[in-house]
Amino acid sequence: MSTRGSVTELAPRPEIGEMLLEVENLAVEFRTDAGVVKAVNRNSFNLKAGETMAIIGESGSGKSVTAQAIMGIVPSPPGVVTADAIRYRGQDLEELSERRRRRVRGGDIAMIFQDPLTSLNPVYSVGFQIGEMFRVHRGMSRKEAKERSIELMERVRIPEARRRVGDYPHQFSGGMRQRVMVAMALSLEPTILIADEPTTALDVTVQAQIMEILKDLQRDNNMGLILITHDLGVVASVADSVMLMYAGSVMEKAPADDFYANPAHPYAHGLMKSVPRLIDQLDRLDAIKGAPPSLLNVPPGCPFNPRCEYAQDRCREEIPLLRDIPGYVGQVACHFAEEVRNGRT
Amino acid sequence: MFRFTARRVLLMIPTFIGASAIIFFAGFALPGDPVSAFGGERELSDSTRAVLEERYRLDQPLLNQYVGYMSDLVLDFDLGESVLRRRPVNDIFWEAFPNTARLALLAVAIEIVIGLAAGVLAALRKGRFIDQLVLVSTTLVVAIPVFVLGFASQVLLGVKLGWFPIAGLNEGFKSYLLPAFVLAALSLAYVARLTRTSLVETMRQDYVRTAQAKGLRPSRVIGRHGLRNALIPVVTYIGIDLAFLMGGAIVTETVFNIPGVGFALVRAIGTRDNAIVVGFTLAAVIMFLLISLIIDLLYAVLDPRIRYE
Amino acid sequence: MSDAGHERPLVEPEVERAEAIAGARAGGNVETLERAASLWGDAWRELRKRWIFWIAAGLISLFTLMAIVPQVFVAPSPATHDPRDCGLRAEDGTFQDRLRPSSEHWFGTDLQGCDYYARVIYGARVSIVIGVGVTALAGLIGLTLGGIAGFYGGWFDQLISRFVDVLFAIPFLVAAILFLNVIATAGNRNIGHVLLVLGVFGWPTLSRLFRASVIQAKAEDYVEAARAVGASNRRILVRHIFPNAIAPAIVYATIAIGGVIAVEATLSFLGVGLTLPAISWGLMINTAQTRIITDPHLLLFPGIFLSLTVLGFLLLGDAVRDALDPRLR
Repeated sequence: MSTRGSVTELAPRPEIGEMLLEVENLAVEFRTDAGVVKAVNRNSFNLKAGETMAIIGESGSGKSVTAQAIMGIVPSPPGVVTADAIRYRGQDLEELSERRRRRVRGGDIAMIFQDPLTSLNPVYSVGFQIGEMFRVHRGMSRKEAKERSIELMERVRIPEARRRVGDYPHQFSGGMRQRVMVAMALSLEPTILIADEPTTALDVTVQAQIMEILKDLQRDNNMGLILITHDLGVVASVADSVMLMYAGSVMEKAPADDFYANPAHPYAHGLMKSVPRLIDQLDRLDAIKGAPPSLLNVPPGCPFNPRCEYAQDRCREEIPLLRDIPGYVGQVACHFAEEVRNGRT
Repeated sequence: MFRFTARRVLLMIPTFIGASAIIFFAGFALPGDPVSAFGGERELSDSTRAVLEERYRLDQPLLNQYVGYMSDLVLDFDLGESVLRRRPVNDIFWEAFPNTARLALLAVAIEIVIGLAAGVLAALRKGRFIDQLVLVSTTLVVAIPVFVLGFASQVLLGVKLGWFPIAGLNEGFKSYLLPAFVLAALSLAYVARLTRTSLVETMRQDYVRTAQAKGLRPSRVIGRHGLRNALIPVVTYIGIDLAFLMGGAIVTETVFNIPGVGFALVRAIGTRDNAIVVGFTLAAVIMFLLISLIIDLLYAVLDPRIRYE
Repeated sequence: MSDAGHERPLVEPEVERAEAIAGARAGGNVETLERAASLWGDAWRELRKRWIFWIAAGLISLFTLMAIVPQVFVAPSPATHDPRDCGLRAEDGTFQDRLRPSSEHWFGTDLQGCDYYARVIYGARVSIVIGVGVTALAGLIGLTLGGIAGFYGGWFDQLISRFVDVLFAIPFLVAAILFLNVIATAGNRNIGHVLLVLGVFGWPTLSRLFRASVIQAKAEDYVEAARAVGASNRRILVRHIFPNAIAPAIVYATIAIGGVIAVEATLSFLGVGLTLPAISWGLMINTAQTRIITDPHLLLFPGIFLSLTVLGFLLLGDAVRDALDPRLR
């Protein structure tokens, strides 16, 4: 029984900088009774081994759906996924048979979710759920799988792993549960880990612990990490690159440091301004006026235009595409990015 | 786990006392004088009457009768004696019970096999033809009262088509088939709907999404992760249904002439045979309480979250 | 949910404003407080959209009309319009009983020679009256007790819950048969007796259901928010908890009407419910028991009417449940 985990059998561990994921023009639509929901529009990005990319956006921006599309778990009667390519280490995932794609799922690309209490099956022990990866993907026996599960639990620093491997998810605290999810996701040593809001449901101190565990594990394996979140703070210290999404479209893509120092898109700038710092003395919080649009009724042109203080007629008519602008390392989807930037600096 | 069980058992006791009191007093408040029925056509002499009344405790105040009755029941499992039929109620019960039990078990088996299958299919093919079919047919079945369904099936399947024996127990196992189907029909409809709703709900849960993200086969996702959770309320429902059925399916037994507990009970009410009325009803109550207890424990086994309350 | 039904229209406007703000903070947006109102408004709109609702409404209206004004339905029939005008022999001496359906007697005649069509039409009255009456009675008792038990808890809750347990342990049909026999012998039984017995044994389920909803509603954030700004218990109960907790009870009650109709028919069929000269579909089937194989029309017509009536309420209950379920919107 060969190792069934890798799409490229016995593929070597990736070197730092090797291209792991290339997504080109990904689009996801949901056909519902109420209309067509365009959850993701023409999203393109890359991920290299050892790199951490953060996908930032509000609820409904399309960040989770993007991740689900990569994993191939978008619910398919309502959902329709189209892409020029979703290449994992050179292999287009969309071209694979469902069986082979399933091997990639979990084995090569793993995903953890936001709420570990609801994301873990309440009627099976954590040992069972972690061990399931070994038993199903690698054909291990139950005893072996159990041993490996305990090892993993120790690796994510769950105390008294051996005693607790038979416990149920509800018997653990939130932070411990998320560690179980991390252990489960990393069990087959995937090359890419997608973490969808991994710390949102947790306390602040626990958040830091989880992020630290993720970073350690990433370092050990040159793993690529896609971190999905709406929390700018969590991402700041951890991400190498940032992709900002709004209403299903990418607004800005840039290296993290440049993005945080001086972002180009008006939306990004509004987000930065709205996060208060301890040293600020404010009377009011500086929120962006308005609310994200319903995905059934995205405004024509630039989806952000109703809330943008710089909006012009062109913004309401023409959809801006991601492009390079002078004086900035990243790419922006805004017609007037240069003017906005110059006007500000 | 032990405390959980102990608590449940302790709660059962006052419930049983309350229910038995209500039933006892209702039964013996039934109009009619059982002792005169004993004599049939003739008038009883005073001495005979006195002897009879003492024997059946009928000369004592009702409360004493109740206490006496209950102590017989709890200490000796003795349900008393039927004045009318001059036999111990226990004997009459154990004659009738096996028929009821066979009917009940067969009905539950049908309910499980067809109901679960229909419900799972409907859930997995939600919105499509099979789903609509299941929904419509279950609604129709629930709408038709059991006795109407019973008679209709007797006429159609028993007489016109001649597929099944229509009444009585003359043909052994085959006699149970039609009544079992009729009995199962209503519960089957509920099981199918409950399974469907439960499975649809479960498949929407986050942990099913996680199972998919782990690259598991669809059959494993649905079977291991979906059904294992979805069936918990269904199992509970089937258990309770069994509990009720064991107490005697009055209508079905009457329509199909099956000499079970329900049939005897209805006749006893008609003939004012208090001992049987009270005895059989209490038997049903006891069975219901016991099976409910087992179901509760089963629920705790199936759902670990309950265990640690 | 306007305040038009309220006794004091300008009741506690300050509390109202404070509740809105507190509710907004607790629930995340200002709509939280109006959630109750919009639930019902939306539900009505949702309801109207579903064709099942219209079928159910049609059936129920039909049978309710039949119950209220049976004369209207009987009028076009060429046979006698009085369901009790029966005779074994017609004027010309021919036997009138157990006739097949014909243009003379649309549903044929029964064992007594009565026009079956008229009897079936008049049978609707008993079913509708008992169905609605029992449910209303059980609802009144069950919602009151369940609501108080759920909201106030404590010893009252314990008491009621134990009582409900006891009633629950007794098989419903058996209890109904037993108590109907206790309070009235055959021949003396009337609709009132049936109403009483079924109502008294029907409230436990409803009270349990409502109690659970109340407890759940009590734990919601918007209740805590209302309390924090000083709303009284009574106000919380009426304004916040009741509209939200009542939904499952309404669905159950609607379906229960159908169930009660079936139970009454069953009891009459067993000979322990209504008795002659009452006109009830169950009773008709009971009378016709022995002849069902030779004269199936005797079973068919009351059976169909009975099933359709129950179906109407079941469908309505389903439609209401779907309309009230926020997830399906």
